[in-house]
Formats: sequence, C-alpha cells, structure tokens
Amino acid sequence: MRRGAFLLVAVGMLALAGVAGRAQDVSGGGSAATPAATEGRQVYEEICQACHMADAKGGGGAGAQIPALAGNAKLKDKDYIVTLLLKGRGGMPWFTEMLSPAQMAAVSTYVRGHFNAYPEPVTEADVKRVAATLDAPSKPDCMTCGN
Amino acid sequence: MEMTGQTRRDLLTMIGKAGGALAMYQAMTALGHAAETQFTGPPKLSGAKKGASVLVLGSGLAGMVAAYELIKAGYKVQVLEFQDRPGGRNYSVRGGDKIVEVGGATQTVGFAPGNYLNPGPWRIPHHHRTLLHYCKSLGVELEPFIQMNHNAFVHRSDAFGGKPQRYKELAVDFKGHVSELLAKSLNAGALDTAVSGEDKAKLLEGLREWGVLDKNMAYSSSLSVSGQRGYDKAPGGGVGGAPTPSMVNKLPDVLSSHVWTQMGFYHSYVMQTTMFQPKGGMDMIGKGFFKNLPAGTVRLNTKVTKIAQGDTGVTASWTDTKTGATGEAKADYCVCTIPATILAQMDIQISDTKKAALKALPYSNSVKIGLEMKSRFWEENYSIYGGHSFTDQGIALLSYPNYNFFKDGPSVLLGAFAGGAKGYAMAGMTPEQRVETALTQGAVFHPAEYRREFMNGSSVAWSRMPWILGCCATWTEQTREQHYQNLVAADGRIFLAGEHASYYGCWMEGALLSSIDAITRLHQKAMAA
Repeated sequence: MRRGAFLLVAVGMLALAGVAGRAQDVSGGGSAATPAATEGRQVYEEICQACHMADAKGGGGAGAQIPALAGNAKLKDKDYIVTLLLKGRGGMPWFTEMLSPAQMAAVSTYVRGHFNAYPEPVTEADVKRVAATLDAPSKPDCMTCGN
Repeated sequence: MEMTGQTRRDLLTMIGKAGGALAMYQAMTALGHAAETQFTGPPKLSGAKKGASVLVLGSGLAGMVAAYELIKAGYKVQVLEFQDRPGGRNYSVRGGDKIVEVGGATQTVGFAPGNYLNPGPWRIPHHHRTLLHYCKSLGVELEPFIQMNHNAFVHRSDAFGGKPQRYKELAVDFKGHVSELLAKSLNAGALDTAVSGEDKAKLLEGLREWGVLDKNMAYSSSLSVSGQRGYDKAPGGGVGGAPTPSMVNKLPDVLSSHVWTQMGFYHSYVMQTTMFQPKGGMDMIGKGFFKNLPAGTVRLNTKVTKIAQGDTGVTASWTDTKTGATGEAKADYCVCTIPATILAQMDIQISDTKKAALKALPYSNSVKIGLEMKSRFWEENYSIYGGHSFTDQGIALLSYPNYNFFKDGPSVLLGAFAGGAKGYAMAGMTPEQRVETALTQGAVFHPAEYRREFMNGSSVAWSRMPWILGCCATWTEQTREQHYQNLVAADGRIFLAGEHASYYGCWMEGALLSSIDAITRLHQKAMAA
C-alpha cells in the first residue's frame, strides 16, 4: 500500500469492516463501529479503559500484563501513543477502523495530560503526520467471520 | 461408484499417502464431500517410539486434542493448565462460579442449577466436521442451536420510532418491495440490454412468486402476503374463523430498519442452519476430552513461566498458583497452545521470526452477559423459542435459550454479545454497570417483563480475562504473508497450535485443525529422529 493514502483508506474501511472486522463470530446486529465521543476523556472511557482500566494503571499478573498508561515515561514522545493507535502493538490492535484522526488526537492528549504530566496537546495534524510515515495495516482477513 | 464409508476412507488414505494433503483434498471434493472443511478424519498416528514424550501447554481444545491423539499413538503426555479447570475458551459459567477480572472485579454467578452462560463459543455449524467428530467420539451430546427465528425482533433506534419489528415482517416486506421495483424496471425495458426476452419473462414470473406480488406486479397487503409475514387476525375455526391480512410496511420504513444486515447474516457460511450446542453447556466438550484422558494427565493451577529447549528435549518451568510450589516439566517435544497475548510476554526459547509472529497478532474483544429471568416470558408472551433479536444498541442482541423450552422456573438469556467499539465500551464498565446497561437496552424488546422478571446477571469481558487478555487472534493479508508460516513452522522441538495458528480463527474447528496438523508433523519428526 502506498504511503500517504493511509487515512483515506482507513476511513473507507470503517464502512467495509464494521464491527465484524475483528470478532470472528459476530452478533449479526450489524451496527456502526465508531463511538460518537469527541472528547478525549469519553474516548478513553469508551475504548481504552476496557483493557488499560479506569485508572490507566493496566494490570494482570507477571507474564500476562496490560501495560500502564499512567506514569508512563514513553508517552513523553507524543508520536509514541499516536503510533500505537495507528499500528497497534502486541495484543493491542490498531484503531484506524474505529477512531477518526480527531478522536485519536483527543484521546492522546487526554492520556498524556490527565494520567501523565505532558500537557502539550496532540493535534489531528500530528496524527496525520505520523500516519503518513507508516504503512497502513491491511483489513483483517475474515474468511470465517459470519458477515 | 457406490462406496461404503470405510472403503472410501481407505482410498482417500491411499491417495493422501501417495500425493499428500492437497491431492487427498482434491480427491475428496471429487468424491462429493469436503469443500466444507479440511478435516480428513482423525490423525492416524501410531507406533510412537518407546518412552517418547510430549509436553502440552494449555488445555483448551487444541491442547486437549493433542493430548488425546498423542496418548492414543503411544506417547507419554503431560498437560499443564494455568486455570483451575480444563477447556480454555471452551467455557461455560454456572451458579457459584467466580469470574475474576484483571483489575480485581470479581463476580459470583447467581444462576439456578442447570442454567449457564457460554461466554465464548456457543454455536457449532453443521460443517465443522472435526469438532462434530470429537463430540461424537467423546460422547458429548448435542442439541439444536436455534439460529434462525423469523418471529424474533429487529430494532434500530431510528427506525419505526424505535419500536422493534418482527424479522419476518421486515424481511418479507424488503423482498416484496425489491421484487416490485425490479419488475417495474424490467417492464419499463430498463434492463433489456442485460436480460434476454426469454429470461425477462422467467424473471418476472420469479419476482411475482418470490416477492408475492399482486396481479399488477405490486407488493401490497393481502392474505397471500400475510401467508408469509403474518396476519392481523390469524386463521381460526368456526364462525369467526376468517383471517384478516396484515398491512405491509412502506419502502422507506423498511429501508430504515436495515433488515438486509440480518438477511445477509443468515446467509453467511458459518451462520447457516443447522447449528448445534452441547447439552448442558459448551464446556462439555473440554470436559469430554478431560474424562477421556488418563487420570493425572492434566495438571491444573499450573502457570508456565519459561520454556527452554535443547538437543534432547524441552523444559517448561512452572509455578503452582495455589501452593506457590515450583517445578520443571521435561519432554522430548512440546505442543504449545498458550495464546499469543501471553506467549509473546514469556521467556521462551524460539526463533526471532516466531517471536515476531507472536507479537504481530492483536486480539479481538467481546463481551457476553447472561441475565437470569424468573420466567420464559419471551416464549409465553411473544412466541419466541430460541434465536436472536437484533438491535443497533451496545448489547447488539438478545439471544434466547435453546434448552428447557416450555419449562417453568428461571432461565438465562444472553443479554449482550458486544464486539468492536461496543465491546470495548461494555468491557470498560464495572460488572454491575454492564448488567444495568443490558437491562436498559434489552427492555426495548420486552418492556413490560424485562426488569420485572430479572433475577441476576453475570458478564465475561474477554479483554479483562487474566489468562488471555482478549478474545481471538486477528490476522490481515499483510501479517499472513509476513508471519503465518513462521508461526506454524516447527521450531526445534516446539510446535505452536490453537485458533491463532489457523485460517479458521476464533472457531473451535480452527483450534482442532491447527492442533491435528501440529501433532501430525510432530509425530513425523519424532519417528524420523
């Protein structure tokens, strides 16, 4: 995939993949996959805290951990969190199919400012800048998805 | 050519030996079965070298089938399982069970005896022949899973003023309106370049019958249409026996319901009837394997902390999560079915390419909620027996139980099956908030009864299950190309298996097929050594 076409493609995937993109046994409800939230705090609560927990401290036992976002020095570089949202990491998926660049910027700003002491906002332009340097993840394959 | 099952199998085995799996698969297709699965029968492993041993990590279905078949082949097998029960994602929760999440939230399930929730897999397609084979040979009794129910509801907040409609009414109306429009187009000559005169006549006849159109080729309210979508007054007996038709919905209303989503859903290969479920809960399959293994084969509460290998064997270091005791398990070979989310964090002696593959597998997320109700009001008041009512709200659906029809006493509904963004939103809530949300949203279908009949509820949020931290592995075209073969390839004496090591991700069938392939290669390697 050519670089730079990433965000355009990501928006297209919203319509194509929907909820069914990830879960391979699907409900069949077939409704929109995007949260309506625009504020960073709301996006955090609706998406991120499913794994990273309400206090952003992550959790789990030794060898089976969800990383903490609170007090995480890696977040000092704002491109780090943006890259995670765009590319995923380990068990964490990318969120290009679920969140708009504006939502990614908002939640990045919130996580860096609220759970860490990095007040400088992450902008939509930052998200697009980082996205332009990355290859987009391709659509989840779905031969047995039930959609 | 007429063949008995046995002679056909012999022929296939012969073809398989001569030409490999692909030749066998093509031959099977020619013989009129397969195409639906890559299952060619249980692996024919035998004659393991005396004393040869295999360590199996994880007792989900991939680990269980490996242990079961390798023991039959003559291997000495030890299975290590992190949890206090066998089965992995082959899982059911019942009254008294505890569900403990990352972050510490703990639920004690309050269901009455006999009731259960299947938090993971819950329906088995008729073409999952590997799984069906093992259910039969393990004595796991199956019953129908009511997948398709014309009388259940479809709800969208912005359609029909938010009032749920019966699936059969919407689906029949959609079919009728589309037929009418296509007939109009054909009769106006709009498709004359695409359809021959002869086919046009046939197609119009088909649309008239299929869409139940009237003599003017219009879709309109009539007793004939009511014969599909239901009546205002159903046919009866005696003096007042004559039925009255129901009124069809107008096209814009039907379109606002998006009913094509459900119509398409029921056409999906993995969603087509006939479907099955084990009597008493999905975990009967894991338990079926467990009972059929020699006592002591599976060591529960055993957390693997490190996996090393050398020229002579594999060593897994473990900690007993109850007693704190530590130990090492050694064997000639290892089948490792630990999910990628956990294995990617482990100290394991495998190649960098395999480590990279494990780290390239994000896991999906899903939440299921079981709600126990005092009575089966959906049966008594709505004539709904199994099947699903769909909604565009966060819960996505209600699914009605497929067992104990017509019985009095408490019954458990599936009150939510949320994936994607909705699954994350639901998982981020406390267990109490999830149940409250499920009650509020589910009440749209059964407003008079839902809260009145509610007794208790339990939820499983897969992203917070400490033993997996997710639901299923997600592959893309890119990651398949870069990593799939690296993931499934033998790494010295270690073979990975599980749904993540298959092209049938997130289904039990994929876990079994992956494991059968892994142990077949393991056996070949062991015999060649």
